[in-house]
Amino acid sequence: MTVDEVREAILNILSDIAPDEDMSSIRDEENLRDQIDLDSMDFLDIVMELRKRFNIEVPEKDYEHLATMSGCVSYLQPLLKDRQLAS
Amino acid sequence: MDYDVIIIGSGLSGLAAGIRLAQFDTRVLIVEKHTVAGGLNSYYVRKNRTFDVGLHAMTNYSKKGDRSSPLGKLLKQLRFRHEDFRLRQQHQSEIRFPGHSLSFTNEFEFFEAEVARQFPSQIDGFRKLVKIIEEFDELNLDDRRSLPSRPVLESCLSDPVFIDMLFCPLMFYGSAREREMDFYQFVIMFKSIFMQGLAKPEGGMKYILDLMVERYRKLGGELRLGAEVAAIDTAGGEVKAVTLAGGERLEVSKVISSVGYVETLLLTDPPCPGQESLERGQLSFMESLFVLGSPARDLGYDKSIVFFSTRLRFDYRVPEGLTDPASGVLCCPDNFDLPQVSGEGLLRLTSLANFALWDRLPRREYIQAKKEERARALDSLLTFFPDFRDSVLFLDSFTPKTIKKYTGHLNGAVYGAPNKIKSGATPIKNLYICGTDQGFLGIVGATLSGITIANLHVLKEWTGS
Repeated sequence: MTVDEVREAILNILSDIAPDEDMSSIRDEENLRDQIDLDSMDFLDIVMELRKRFNIEVPEKDYEHLATMSGCVSYLQPLLKDRQLAS
Repeated sequence: MDYDVIIIGSGLSGLAAGIRLAQFDTRVLIVEKHTVAGGLNSYYVRKNRTFDVGLHAMTNYSKKGDRSSPLGKLLKQLRFRHEDFRLRQQHQSEIRFPGHSLSFTNEFEFFEAEVARQFPSQIDGFRKLVKIIEEFDELNLDDRRSLPSRPVLESCLSDPVFIDMLFCPLMFYGSAREREMDFYQFVIMFKSIFMQGLAKPEGGMKYILDLMVERYRKLGGELRLGAEVAAIDTAGGEVKAVTLAGGERLEVSKVISSVGYVETLLLTDPPCPGQESLERGQLSFMESLFVLGSPARDLGYDKSIVFFSTRLRFDYRVPEGLTDPASGVLCCPDNFDLPQVSGEGLLRLTSLANFALWDRLPRREYIQAKKEERARALDSLLTFFPDFRDSVLFLDSFTPKTIKKYTGHLNGAVYGAPNKIKSGATPIKNLYICGTDQGFLGIVGATLSGITIANLHVLKEWTGS
């Protein structure tokens, strides 16, 4: 997966979790929680979806890397670089 | 290992836990003793009419788009759209005591204005109480904190009748304890009834249960109906398997049980020590349904739900007789924003009832007692409501004995045991409870209970946190 594809994979997860939110307006450097209404329950879902879709385990100490979109991409891209963005 | 998780009971909490787990590819099985899904909130069919049980109204109504409310959390966690639940709001409900009446709608400002008008001396204290309620974290899962409500209310309010009027709907819709409620439960109920509000799903409980079962199965979850659990097999203080009444033994990593805390411990084999000393629930109800020849409002019943007491002081306790007709809940499903199709009306009347007295009646006397107690409840109601008896086309009643039969709750205790286990943990490793005895109340609460326990004890563990 390229950086853009990783970003798309994360957006896919977010749109499943928060279907009513507008994902096109997300600013990559800003906190996701402040832009779309995410709570700790949603956060669990992001981690669970990563596990389900890509078999990636994100340990709790690494959750801080998932706070912004750019943080998500730089944390996940090395883990996903050999993977395909499944449809 | 046959399953990752077995859930006992296909009520709302069990189904919600099941959906959460199936969403993330868990090998999950729900076992249900009865041949249809449902628990405390369910339905039954008589003479081609489908009646809800448990559900007078769904509390916790919030509008589409609110993702942080209990209903909003439920919808997003189970990935339903707001419109999937087809919720239709109440018109107006009422708390009626001798010489006093407080109406409320799904707009809290309406209720606040009503309090200011009916109890002008109490409004400042009421606003103070509301502030305490708003700032209280009622969803904290720490079991150690316990705070009774009465002292909190008395620190804000001075009129005992007004205090009783506030307690009346909250106790009827959720208290497992006589005369008192834990404050966190008071807060849950206050928010869910007064600050959020009441609604009914079009299609009733059958519609909601079918929707959840369909979703669960679509996600790959397995549901076995008519499958009663004979034992939860443990070894070394840890869950090993579930044995069904037919003798089949299913090996499993974790069990989530929605049948009640003591009820769950009674299923463990070898027996789990200590359950004998636990306080069991006692509060149960008798309810009568009256199908009317015309909509209830044509007979002078224009409120959605009325919580009433014919005595000035409300006494929420196990009655000394079979029932206590002095207080009750009157539900008029016609007075919700539901499409009226049949031209018929429906009234449901609920009173406190004594399980032990009902349970010991021989069959013939039991049937006779149902008629007599129903008549007493009606006589009490008709002291301040118009008579509708000439319009009744069909009627039916159920008692604490019926509730025990269908929910499995000891003593037919509708709201389970007085002490809740918010964390869902039991003395047995990998055995958890959800539902009534976990302590989130009402239909939305039960569903959130299943979600919370599945998240906390299964999904979070798998993410390594």
